[in-house]
Amino acid sequence: MTRSSAWTAPGCHLGCGLLIYAKDGKVERVEGDPDNPYNQGRLCPRCLAVDDIVNHEKRIIYPLKRDLADRGKDKWQRISWDEALDTIERRFKEYKEKYGAESVVFLQGTGRDIAPYITRLAWSFGSPNYAFSLSNVACFGPRIFAANMLAGVFMVADYGQQFIDRYDNPQYKNPGLVAVWGNNAVVANSDGAYGHWVTDVLQRGAKLLVIDPRLTWLAAHADLWLQIRPGSDGALALGMANVMIQEKLYDEQFVQDWCFGFKKFAALCAEWTPERVAEVCWVEAGDVVAAARLFASSAPVMVQQGVAIDQREDCYDASRAILSLLAITGNIEKPGTMVVMPEFLKYITGWGRDLLPYEQEDKRIGADDLVVYKLGLHVASINKMIDHLIEQPAAYPLKASWLQTVNLIACGAVDNERTHAAFSGLEFNVAVDLFMTPTAMAFCDLFLPVTTFTERDGIRCGDNSQRGETINAAVPPRGECRSDMEINLELGRRFNATAWPWENVGEMFSHIFAESGMDFYQVQATAPSYLPFEYEKFLSGKMRADGKPGFPTPSGKLELFSKSLEFMGLDPLPRYVEPPMTPFSQPELAQEYPLVLQTGARRHNTFHSENRQSSRLRAMHPEPTVMIHPETAANLGVRDGQWVWVEGPVGLTGRVARAKRLAEVTPIVDPRCASADHGWWRPEADPENLYDVNELNINNLISWSTGLTGIGANYKCILCKIYPVKENE
Amino acid sequence: MAKKALLVNYLWCTGCHSCELACQVKNNFPPGQFGIKLNRVGPWKYAPKKWQYSYFPLLTDQCHFCADRLAENKLPSCVQHCQANCLQILAPEEAARIAAANPGMIFMSK
Repeated sequence: MTRSSAWTAPGCHLGCGLLIYAKDGKVERVEGDPDNPYNQGRLCPRCLAVDDIVNHEKRIIYPLKRDLADRGKDKWQRISWDEALDTIERRFKEYKEKYGAESVVFLQGTGRDIAPYITRLAWSFGSPNYAFSLSNVACFGPRIFAANMLAGVFMVADYGQQFIDRYDNPQYKNPGLVAVWGNNAVVANSDGAYGHWVTDVLQRGAKLLVIDPRLTWLAAHADLWLQIRPGSDGALALGMANVMIQEKLYDEQFVQDWCFGFKKFAALCAEWTPERVAEVCWVEAGDVVAAARLFASSAPVMVQQGVAIDQREDCYDASRAILSLLAITGNIEKPGTMVVMPEFLKYITGWGRDLLPYEQEDKRIGADDLVVYKLGLHVASINKMIDHLIEQPAAYPLKASWLQTVNLIACGAVDNERTHAAFSGLEFNVAVDLFMTPTAMAFCDLFLPVTTFTERDGIRCGDNSQRGETINAAVPPRGECRSDMEINLELGRRFNATAWPWENVGEMFSHIFAESGMDFYQVQATAPSYLPFEYEKFLSGKMRADGKPGFPTPSGKLELFSKSLEFMGLDPLPRYVEPPMTPFSQPELAQEYPLVLQTGARRHNTFHSENRQSSRLRAMHPEPTVMIHPETAANLGVRDGQWVWVEGPVGLTGRVARAKRLAEVTPIVDPRCASADHGWWRPEADPENLYDVNELNINNLISWSTGLTGIGANYKCILCKIYPVKENE
Repeated sequence: MAKKALLVNYLWCTGCHSCELACQVKNNFPPGQFGIKLNRVGPWKYAPKKWQYSYFPLLTDQCHFCADRLAENKLPSCVQHCQANCLQILAPEEAARIAAANPGMIFMSK
């Protein structure tokens, strides 16, 4: 038995503690580790069935190549690692020499433990064009940006995850209220927060406020549930703040001491009467008042915020409005509120930024015309990259891509017609993955097979509270698979030897842990080791570089009115802006496409585009679905379990697209809304039909629009209509 | 073997399916077969702001309370992996006593 952590591939955002049982070099089963404080022996179905993935007959276990002329065809040939790596080294270096390092783009899928090694590979190669596959970084990034504009730091809900003894730690205090906002927490695994920590704090006495367009299990069991219109969260938060201010329910002393711009913020909130909020958000005015009173009277309060808030164009106003509720009620950095967690690895901002030559920085796609990218983010804009790929300006062509842990056209990317065209225009695309994917099949020329987490060592670091914990190989790699980290170290060494001075991944991991005084093997032996932590760091001066009390913002306070945003020429107040594709903003389009569509409904059995190969998991939810209300279904003449088309405008491109779905008729959605799961492809289907991805992908209804800021994309508030699939369709 | 009972605090069962999968992989049952199976009742609305929406994990004929794990001093696989901590294995009398004293409990004995 090997004690380990689960982090990619396959994997989610958590990194649960595991016991891996193996026999004769083969994983037999996995159990939760009862001694791990993080998940305390618990585990979700995806990890419980991980042996299905590890041992799957269709895993790619040798490097493959394919002729450029055969893109889209199942004509892969096995090659050696030497040939694969030599080819990549030669071609990437050629492009760098002829067109500049920026002509090679590096993409990742959703952020997991692989992310730091991808940024380092891109930046040490010299390319500023490292990008995240999701339109407008519409996951996590917007929240982090918003938090930095308000507080100068990012904070998460405090479930005692920073303590080895968790809820029993004498410093910890159970929240009086957990507000679950845009997060189906017990199904999803939001950004390092183990979803059932929510039920843990509820069992310990917390009340529950849920803000969600759907009746999730949590919503049905909440003290108060607001069935909000998708995308209108910012308006609700301002309306709740207005009630708190009008009724003087906020923490006046905390506001006076630690908030900046309260008067201006209050004036903005005053526009949002409960009646106006009711009209815009499709909730009851009385519930807005009730939510505000519950929130303001239940300290300590934490907000478990989900990706839904990120998935609307220009969404950082909503995240700031929600944070403002926490700020004016003083629910910051106290036990059971929102706190800054310990960190040893710069996971969020990337590893190796210092390696990017200064002159390359200005070439980063998106940094020239999106001020948030220029001043706030380190990634390139994938949205602008798609434009760039299609237009290929002579002065700055793009030639090759590195696609690691990213099944672009089945998952994060939108408007696949355009995405497919964009990447088909590149001369050389490399996929690094577990299985042959629609993305690799569509336009990649070389495929590098990776190990699962059961076959490799690594660092379990997270995007929540970090601690010293390792991923430990339990079995040898299948076939010739190599870990993502080994691959990046080897290629990195070939691109830029001084940036990758380590003999092996163990040395590299030891370097990352260096500050702790332990090497990788010592951490392995002592894991999990917890980092020092204290609450109310703004009082002790530990939040600011100058050591003075306060927050690391220009004013030293929590900025309800953001000086940083004012400097960038953006709205300093979290003003609500109606999303671009709603019945309010597009009344004419809404005549033809009357339903508000949310995509990305989480399912217990899948993580994004992963896990569909597992027969155990697939049996739980075998096909893509769209949820519609019984009244809506009756009006459309659609039965539960019937195949339907979900069709809608691709943003404002003038084009229309559709996706095939099984109708799931359920009262959990509003009759005016529909909700679809995402990441769909059929690994068992014809590879040359790209595993049915074009027919099934719900993201085809979303455009690559950048909006005003390039932060947040409309994955969860677009327009659609639904009609039955005809025979032979 | 002495009789045992599964005590479920269904007020907290979120329907996460971990019990099902934990049982299935531990016992190597084929996809679709379990020693413990979730049952959903709802969702339906029965009064303003009131919803019936509950999950009830129930034992099947294939459950043997993980006798092998109990012998090793481990919890049954479903109990250990339950994400909402709402399952317990107890002596039937103890389960009956707790169920009688607390709302939201069901128990099944074998």
